Amino acid sequence: MTATTTLTIDDMTGSARRRTRERFVSSLFFGAAAISLLISVGIIYSLIDEAWTFLGGVDMGQLWGDQWAPPFAEYDIKTPFVGSLIVTGIAMTLAIPVGLAAAVYMSEYARPGVRKVLKPTLEVLAGIPSVVLGFFALRWISPNIVQNISDAGGFSLMAAGLGVGILTIPLIASVSEDALASVPGALREASAGLGAKKVTTTIRITIPAAISGLVAAFIIGISRAIGETMVVFLAAGGGGNQAEFTTNPFDPGTVMTAAMAATVAPSDRVASGVELESLFFLGLMLFLITLTLNVIADRFVRRVRLVY
Amino acid sequence: MTAISSPMDVPATSAEADVSFTERRTDWQGISFKALLMAGLGFAILTLVAVLWNVIVDGGDFLLERGTSFLTENASSRANEFGVFEGIRGTLWIGIFVIVFSFPIGIGAAIYLEEYASDSKLKRFIELNIRNLAGVPSVVYGIFGLIIFVRRFDGFFPNSVERHLGATTAAAGATLAVLVLPIVIITSAEAIRAVPRALREAGYGVGATRWEVTRHHVLPYAAPGILTGTLLSLARALGEAAPLILIGGVLGSLGPQSSLFELEQLGEQFTSLTLMITQLAKRPSTVAGWTEATAAAIIVLLGIVLMANAAAILLRNRFEKKRG
Repeated sequence: MTATTTLTIDDMTGSARRRTRERFVSSLFFGAAAISLLISVGIIYSLIDEAWTFLGGVDMGQLWGDQWAPPFAEYDIKTPFVGSLIVTGIAMTLAIPVGLAAAVYMSEYARPGVRKVLKPTLEVLAGIPSVVLGFFALRWISPNIVQNISDAGGFSLMAAGLGVGILTIPLIASVSEDALASVPGALREASAGLGAKKVTTTIRITIPAAISGLVAAFIIGISRAIGETMVVFLAAGGGGNQAEFTTNPFDPGTVMTAAMAATVAPSDRVASGVELESLFFLGLMLFLITLTLNVIADRFVRRVRLVY
Repeated sequence: MTAISSPMDVPATSAEADVSFTERRTDWQGISFKALLMAGLGFAILTLVAVLWNVIVDGGDFLLERGTSFLTENASSRANEFGVFEGIRGTLWIGIFVIVFSFPIGIGAAIYLEEYASDSKLKRFIELNIRNLAGVPSVVYGIFGLIIFVRRFDGFFPNSVERHLGATTAAAGATLAVLVLPIVIITSAEAIRAVPRALREAGYGVGATRWEVTRHHVLPYAAPGILTGTLLSLARALGEAAPLILIGGVLGSLGPQSSLFELEQLGEQFTSLTLMITQLAKRPSTVAGWTEATAAAIIVLLGIVLMANAAAILLRNRFEKKRG
């Protein structure tokens, strides 16, 4: 729209039909984007509404005891929380080193040809549904690994944690690799130019430069591990929605997500009343925890973008 | 000049200096670091192989023995007669919902964010919101589906509520369509963002409107990327189990079913491959046949999910190569 033209505004705006179409299409796309806001409102509404009903419906005494067992009106909240902590801890002990190593290798060491094979392979691993890894954790990890190193039974938090760990490896690897790839090549070249070996460059230059992206990857991994349901639901026990409080990873137990699924998983009886409402309370806690982690991770990712 | 320090191992002669520069040294630190990295990567790949191998060993023979009857028969209380027909049907319905609702809405939202929205507070808020939605655990989407779609909308079929409390196929499909929507938006937006600026400006330069530029230049260029993202999110939806449990999916048999697709099924109870697997895996492994049946059902699920995944990956690699 620069100066010196004999055209009038009317000449430039085009036909009315064209303008109407533009406006229509534009509002259609805005509507699509606005749906995401509706979903957020819907999620918060569905969680908050009944979570309060739950807190109003139970005695405080019921919230602290020996087991999480809604069918028996026992809601020891530390059981699913500590369970989540243990499972996430085990998962991250496995997934962070493995995922980071895979990312560093692919980003810094692998030749392009090798990388072209490795990356899709990890993506296939990322595509395996969690219910499949739950079955794997229950029928393979548990008897072949967990029961070999301990006297655990068929169900254990350890087996579930290892399964969740395998599930989060590709996620951590892929986000970490993005972080490493965003480190400018000039930094590596400067380091090599000063005579640093590849390993020195990687450990002293590349990884520190990518650190905020790597931290984001770890936090996203933690968030994903806490939110994972099916592996724990299948492999950790807590059958019949009853799990005793434990701090021993080789015991069966439950986590927030699995406790939610167990509350509604149809069996001989249907949960209702306070028992059903416990679900929304756990859901709200889970939502708040993962949201906090995701917001923190987002901050870290942003920092990488700002610097480079 | 006085020497500040006198390192002990400084080469005394130029010949020695030459040697110290050129002699071959084994970089043990580097080698062991690389070995460590490869071990990590090897472990990741090994788990993939172990998962697939374990499932094939457990269920391969069972599946071969049963052949297509495993796909076309209903659930049964006997392992050797068990079939996953109902599950396949439910999983296909979910796929249809994702394709019909998530894809257009998600791509539309991505177009809005990348092509239409000015860099305003509102746009940044919507983007932040979508990123956060993508990180919400899938069980929480299950609660959303339970409260909104099942209870508030009676599963979209108020007349048939009595039998199943609103836990309908339509509610399940809608819940998973919502679950993958943020992923569709994020991946599509990335694909659209990768379209070169010049392409748009050439379009505007010859007087095209925003929609014309989007329709004729941006979308065709971004299509492979968008398709990759949508296929990945489709695979994600087909493999989900937790939200379906939450909204009241049936973990077992629906009763005798024969027809593959009828619109009435939208208002009826549902199950899915993932729910059937959950149910099968929860059976005690001591009873003969069930582990095999579970593994066979998993092979069917992996067949569907990994096919969508592999198609997405191949598609992306193909176009990455083309555009360099």
